Amino acid sequence: MTNDKLSLLVEAVATRRDRQAFSALFGHFAPRLKGFAMNRGVSAAVAEDLVQETMLTVWRKADSFDSSRASVPTWIFTIVRNKRIDLFRRETYPEVELEQAAEQPDDSQPSDERTELAELTTHLHHAMQTLPSEQKAILQQAFFEEKSHRAIAADLGIPLGTVKSRIRLAVNRLRDALPEEHR
Amino acid sequence: MISHHPGEELFVDYVAGALPEAFALAIATHASLCADCAHRIQTIEAIGGDLLANVLPVPCSDDALANVLARLDEPDAASRAVERRPFQSGSHNLPSPLNRYVDRPLHRLPWRTIGRGLFEEFQLPLTGQDSKAALCRLPPGMLVPHHVHWGAEYVLVLDGGYQDGDKQFRRGDFAALDLGDTHQPNVDPDKACLCLVVQDAPMWQSMLVDPFLRL
Repeated sequence: MTNDKLSLLVEAVATRRDRQAFSALFGHFAPRLKGFAMNRGVSAAVAEDLVQETMLTVWRKADSFDSSRASVPTWIFTIVRNKRIDLFRRETYPEVELEQAAEQPDDSQPSDERTELAELTTHLHHAMQTLPSEQKAILQQAFFEEKSHRAIAADLGIPLGTVKSRIRLAVNRLRDALPEEHR
Repeated sequence: MISHHPGEELFVDYVAGALPEAFALAIATHASLCADCAHRIQTIEAIGGDLLANVLPVPCSDDALANVLARLDEPDAASRAVERRPFQSGSHNLPSPLNRYVDRPLHRLPWRTIGRGLFEEFQLPLTGQDSKAALCRLPPGMLVPHHVHWGAEYVLVLDGGYQDGDKQFRRGDFAALDLGDTHQPNVDPDKACLCLVVQDAPMWQSMLVDPFLRL
């Protein structure tokens, strides 16, 4: 399903409480959420609990989704992250809320945010495919397994400093692959 | 002008959910003051979205959808973490992520004096137990006693500033210290310095026996 189609489904849930649209979202994301959760080693049963709680949050917070700021997968990624931390660690996970008076980037120009975001998503996907395998592996360890740098270093048998620099290299490489205005 | 930002790997940790609450709070608060870093976080969140979108799907049980549909009408039960409404502090504007842990204006917080009058602190009521966060108010010109770090610590300046070696830290500036690091911050002479200081819990306990602070 394309990101545009997914956005329309979320919109239908937000504005009309459309259960068919929600079921379509469930059909698309539940197996991916389950796969994502099981990658960190939780059982199928626990993963399904997390999937259920996450999709319930999608239903409840559909009106907070802003298609100009993030794609639906990105939005749901942050929901499952916060839900996982809430359920398993019993912690709050603070979110960024940019101040009105915050320092603005130097090149603030008005633009079509939705188009920008679609381009960013496409470029990022291609950039992810071309990452060197050791950098991609490090990112996957960080995202899927939520390991501390020390744990990743121990697991891969590499120095702690190497973990940090590979993460920096990976993210910088991804940024460099993006067009100027998205960096 | 913010000069000192968290490293890229800290943003990855933040977005991946790998940071304890206090450390995540420091990162989120810095990014709430710095549009560039808020943008960096957005890009890294998009990485998470791409990984989720392309992960190998695992089929759910046959009644999974039906179970969720049956719950759509239930009232929104409180999550296990305490839902905090942000407090609008009129006198001193704390960035939004902090407002969720502060329920009154700064001058009415129960500040605790540390080290027989060295500085004041207010420990934030975090939901989690594995880390500590405090607002620290350091008097003008204070030279923080030389101390070694036994664990990780982040310092985010909220008001005023300090000098550390040849580096100047002002509102929004971020410093990360690790095991074995030492520093000796010198608060600017004209104004008190308000910071957010976050630490691993064991480090917090070791601070209690730091001879310089004589707690």
